[in-house]
Amino acid sequence: MKPNRKMMLTGNKAAAWAARLARVEYVPAFPITPQTEIVETLAGWFADGTMQGKFTNMDSEHSMFMAAGAASASGVRVFTASSSQGILHGLESLHTLCGWRVPLVMVNVSRALATPITLEPDHNDVLITRDSGLIQLHAETCQEVLDLILIGYHMAEDPKVCLPVLVNMDGFYLSFTREPVSIPDPGLVEKFLPKFKAVQPVFQASQPQARASAVFGGETYSWFKIQQDLAVRHAEKVFIEKAWRFSEMFGRYYLPVESFRMEDAEYVFVMSNSFATKGKSAVLKLRDQGIKAGLLKLCMIRPFPEKAIAKALKGCKKIAVIDQNIAPGRGGIIYPEIVSALFPEKTAGQKVLSVIGGLGGKDIREEDFGTIIQHLGNPKPEGPLYLYGEQDLNTFLKFERIAKPEEVARS
Amino acid sequence: MSAITSNYKKIKDLNPHESLSAGTSLCAGCGGLEGLRLALKELGDDVIICNAAGCMTLLSVYPFTPLRGSWLYTTMGGPVPAAQGVRDALDIRIQQGDMPESENLQVMVLAGDGSSNDMGMGPTSSAIHRKLDFIYFCYDNEAYGNTGFQLSAASPFGGATQTAPSTGLHPAGAELPKKDLFEIWRAQNPTYIATVSPREPIDLANKFAKAKLMKGPRLFICLSPCPTGWGFDPKETHLIAKLARDTGIFPLKEFFEGKVMHNKVPRKRVPVERYLERQKRFQHLFIPVRQEETLAQIQSRVDAYWSQYE
Repeated sequence: MKPNRKMMLTGNKAAAWAARLARVEYVPAFPITPQTEIVETLAGWFADGTMQGKFTNMDSEHSMFMAAGAASASGVRVFTASSSQGILHGLESLHTLCGWRVPLVMVNVSRALATPITLEPDHNDVLITRDSGLIQLHAETCQEVLDLILIGYHMAEDPKVCLPVLVNMDGFYLSFTREPVSIPDPGLVEKFLPKFKAVQPVFQASQPQARASAVFGGETYSWFKIQQDLAVRHAEKVFIEKAWRFSEMFGRYYLPVESFRMEDAEYVFVMSNSFATKGKSAVLKLRDQGIKAGLLKLCMIRPFPEKAIAKALKGCKKIAVIDQNIAPGRGGIIYPEIVSALFPEKTAGQKVLSVIGGLGGKDIREEDFGTIIQHLGNPKPEGPLYLYGEQDLNTFLKFERIAKPEEVARS
Repeated sequence: MSAITSNYKKIKDLNPHESLSAGTSLCAGCGGLEGLRLALKELGDDVIICNAAGCMTLLSVYPFTPLRGSWLYTTMGGPVPAAQGVRDALDIRIQQGDMPESENLQVMVLAGDGSSNDMGMGPTSSAIHRKLDFIYFCYDNEAYGNTGFQLSAASPFGGATQTAPSTGLHPAGAELPKKDLFEIWRAQNPTYIATVSPREPIDLANKFAKAKLMKGPRLFICLSPCPTGWGFDPKETHLIAKLARDTGIFPLKEFFEGKVMHNKVPRKRVPVERYLERQKRFQHLFIPVRQEETLAQIQSRVDAYWSQYE
């Protein structure tokens, strides 16, 4: 393969390519839509000798994450991937291996959670891991998927981090959408990310260790949890360093938050993942109409880059936080985090609107951004704005009518 | 196989080395702990224990460990997949020349009967199916012991637990028979299965000596008399374990190359009552009135088991 070749890849294939370029040695796997293409691709590469090490078909995500963590603690570079219900099923293991402080990278392909069961994306799955201790990087494009996995390994394996990194992509919108992706030269990747050498002792005969022992008393428990918090917080600085090094070698630069047309923006959309592309497109069209719009994209969700967010939004008076998730009884999950980031340097007369859209893969249309602008113009405080209009209701009723035409006609 | 059986004939033949030291925070008289100590004497120090949540969680309490080998605390359902991860990683490192064979470890799962019969059973079945090269040590105290003795699928018929108490409506306490873990495992034809008892150190040591030299899934069920849960004086652990064998309630056996073999078969079985009457968990079978039918059922189930082999 030629260096720096561009290929048309789905997000899933881009993730598999990143694991291959990182010379991952171990993949414990379990299938789940829309992630399966990643592990299928890797299974093929281990089976035909393209990748060295072992691919193990596990019996559940709970088992898969446990095997991943234990293998990392035993000194090999590990990759795994999951989605949605799989993340929920494996959640106990995720918390456990974050506490083990083991470096590895996993991909979550976002898919909304049951009930009702669906295959299409939103971010309730990935945000359920928000408090687990995982570092979270969210990708907007297939190229970002590949790049963030490589940067993720560099970060995870840093002596001051030693934590699992989760790279998120949207199911379908990225996982099954082909985009041109630049595949970096394997030799260069090897320079950026040398062979895995664990900085902590690993399990082997000459270095017996008791790991993850029980603790008695809040003082010992708190000590470990505060260590973990400090390590996750520190990861923001480490990410910036590693991303800078990545940009020097591969020419693409990433920051914890990305500002798009923010220089003089009066209306700002705060977004993440693939729908940020829709947001950027809307910003350009709104600017054509003379509306000064901008977009702040969250690339890093954990650690939460609150200073960078506060700095980017300083002075902005009309901000809409678009959550593609829902915490029933509370609203959007990211909204309160943004509000708390802004609080120390609150701008007078600022309106921060909570918007909930894109649930279960529902599109966020261009006109939705216009609706948001209208609401931002309203000086009164208001509860969450659900992006659910007449068109959406009619689509829903269309199905209802097919199933029970008389009842719908009567109502 | 006969070439490596019965290495040990007397107690003094056993390996004097201790891989598990005294001074743990486990209960006095814990039969499981004694079984584990004897097993580790045979397995040595180059062992990593992947532990399931349970009584043995208290073996290593930060910053102490009684083990000369390694320890990884996992979750109640996760010790076997953790063992898979460690085994795979060590194999990869050896295969790639990153680690000499001398650094290799015996990978061992330590789990109670709750984890083994309930939450952890699926992952264990999957690991047997994958022919994972590991040792599984189930300490069977016939209930969720660490949380104060609640019903597990290994709790015996007629025994009382905190979540299956003996009442006027349910005089027997636990009304279902114990799950037959040995037979469930055997259905998947693993390399080796054995039952062991802390009261039978020579039999136990010989079984671990055998298993140590094999590859693949090697699974043990260790009778673990539990003074706090079963209700007897800690000094009587060995007496209880002896009665479990002599009544035929706990058969010592092994499975290898398609065959089940019984070891130390009691020639004339002691009535089960002698075992039951010494434990508080069976007290309701005798006081205030004898539950004749339940006692007869327990006896007849033991007799039915042995009649298959007599």
